[in-house]
Amino acid sequence: MNQTPQPNSFRSGPDEDGRFGIFGGRFVAETLMPLILDLQGEWEKAKTDPAFQKELADLGAHYIGRPSPLYFAERLTEHLGGAKIYFKREELNHTGSHKINNCIGQILLAKRMGKTRIIAETGAGQHGVASATVAARFGFPCVVYMGATDVERQAPNVFRMKLLGAEVKPVTAGNGTLKDAMNEALRDWVTNVDDTYYLIGTAAGPHPYPEMVRDFQSVIGVEAREQILEAEGRLPDVVIAAVGGGSNAIGIFHPFLDDQEVKIVGVEAGGRGLQGEEHCASITAGTPGVLHGNRTYLLQNEDGQILEGHSISAGLDYPGIGPEHSWLHSIGRVEYVPIMDQEALDAFQLLTRLEGIIPALEPSHALAEVIKRAPKMGKEEIILMNLSGRGDKDIFTVGKILGMEL
Amino acid sequence: MTARMDNRFAALKAEGRPALITYFMGGDPDFETSLNIMKALPGAGADVIELGMPFSDPMADGPAIQMAGQRALKGGQTLSKTLELARKFREGDNETPIVMMGYYNPIYVYGVDKFLDDAISAGIDGLIVVDLPPEMDDELCIPALAKGINFIRLATPTTDDKRLPAVLKNTSGFVYYVSMNGITGSALPDPSLVSGAVKRIKGHTKLPVCVGFGVKTADHAKAIGAAADGVVVGSAIVAQIAGSLTKDGAAGPDTVAAVSTLVRGLATGVRAARLVAAE
Repeated sequence: MNQTPQPNSFRSGPDEDGRFGIFGGRFVAETLMPLILDLQGEWEKAKTDPAFQKELADLGAHYIGRPSPLYFAERLTEHLGGAKIYFKREELNHTGSHKINNCIGQILLAKRMGKTRIIAETGAGQHGVASATVAARFGFPCVVYMGATDVERQAPNVFRMKLLGAEVKPVTAGNGTLKDAMNEALRDWVTNVDDTYYLIGTAAGPHPYPEMVRDFQSVIGVEAREQILEAEGRLPDVVIAAVGGGSNAIGIFHPFLDDQEVKIVGVEAGGRGLQGEEHCASITAGTPGVLHGNRTYLLQNEDGQILEGHSISAGLDYPGIGPEHSWLHSIGRVEYVPIMDQEALDAFQLLTRLEGIIPALEPSHALAEVIKRAPKMGKEEIILMNLSGRGDKDIFTVGKILGMEL
Repeated sequence: MTARMDNRFAALKAEGRPALITYFMGGDPDFETSLNIMKALPGAGADVIELGMPFSDPMADGPAIQMAGQRALKGGQTLSKTLELARKFREGDNETPIVMMGYYNPIYVYGVDKFLDDAISAGIDGLIVVDLPPEMDDELCIPALAKGINFIRLATPTTDDKRLPAVLKNTSGFVYYVSMNGITGSALPDPSLVSGAVKRIKGHTKLPVCVGFGVKTADHAKAIGAAADGVVVGSAIVAQIAGSLTKDGAAGPDTVAAVSTLVRGLATGVRAARLVAAE
């Protein structure tokens, strides 16, 4: 058997240049480079500063509501008739998703660095809401770039951001989705580099963002690992999470990476199918390239032009993926699979009716994979899924598709 | 290195004036028009040509160049075709240096070695790749220098004295000083600040220092040219092209002439900016 040589640990990356294998790096304009190096220096210091860690933990406990519960989905388990299904309930966090974990961490860094203005990009609006929330909490002005298409399909979150005092700037370039919002945020940053902190919401972008966002999100996996050990006395057989840029996924995966017996599955948006261009399955159907500061798997044509992609879920509607996911795929530690729009919609409805939980469309993709796998597994086996966000923001999108009068 | 770049700057130094470096987007609005624009540039007074490589996600560019890239891509432009533009231009001009400017991904996907070989055979003299800072030199800069293509680096107001040596280390041809933090097409910065910055960079290198971002008119070119070895004009040219197009975005009857007129004006500007003998 030919096997790829495996590293001693899957948790030691990135290297000092921000690389995970060939992925990652710092592909940014010179204007931003000094700032990114400053950020890296500040982040290195903060990581080992007990005062920073204490403030982070206090805000986690009292502002976000951590630890989030681990929930045994009894009726869903019964319904599927196979593996026991547990949810890590990140949708119960303040602001309704995992995004706040990272925002709290980064706003503390922005404060340490003496920055006075926050910018962010958002797709589904969950990161925009979380950014606007921490900006309000710490008294920073905040500008959120959001694709014009997303502004329309995530109207409730746009309203929340505005209530929180953020300025939402719709971006009409391209298809008006997350990629275009990120371009525009980078343009703002390059122009206002002196006073502005760019609060990136996903585990992508130039080093140190992928590592930093992962570390702030790893609280999900650290808690879940302890909680499942307490509930079941052992680790799960499978861990599943949805992947757009991949912050909720890397957050729950990372603490399990060295547990060889745990199978790890990332779920990409298959959109309307992988044959055409109407999907966002960067790993399953993309190729390596360089965009937004890092080398990673991208949806692109043979000339290296980035494609727009499509997903029913605004949060997964991104033609790239965090570089650590690209690496985990390349070495075979994590399996990445696509789930179609329709499968995610079906999963959304099933969970709502069976467990009384309205999931966001993003984790509905992970759920659809759970629904496929659980019945084929034994009743003694365990699946852990990251329920990364709640679906209140999606009810209008879903209502429209289902033809319901709201 | 290809000799065209050094020869050109040496000749300009002898003449005692700064270079006029003109940027346009390859394939905007279509291949043929773009080739005709390129062919017209030296006659109108351009000393160095920056040939833009369109990219779907130009993160450091303002609206004018973003839209130029979109027009070019819509017209079917690819990296191969941009190389082809240079090749065709070289059939009639083997003197004017050509610098290709853009983002890394299309080059990475094309294949770095193949790209460099094809660029040399097409007559390219230098590369400016916006998203490859010195920390990423192994990707393209070192291979390009090894094959004899200049790698021209951007220095910015955020590039302080501590960082300048790293930025200049593998730079050749000239240094492109981006006169402000921002995206292309912004307003003209204060020429006195620019002059100070150029002096600062010249304290670290013997290479010509050319300045861009915000230059739109002959007066701008004169003011900036007084302090620098070259003046880069991009968004103004691209906007001139945009203004000459028909309603549906096709080349108008005067597209090439409109660019020539603008460049002739800018050329008067740099010629009025007599340099006090350099050094």
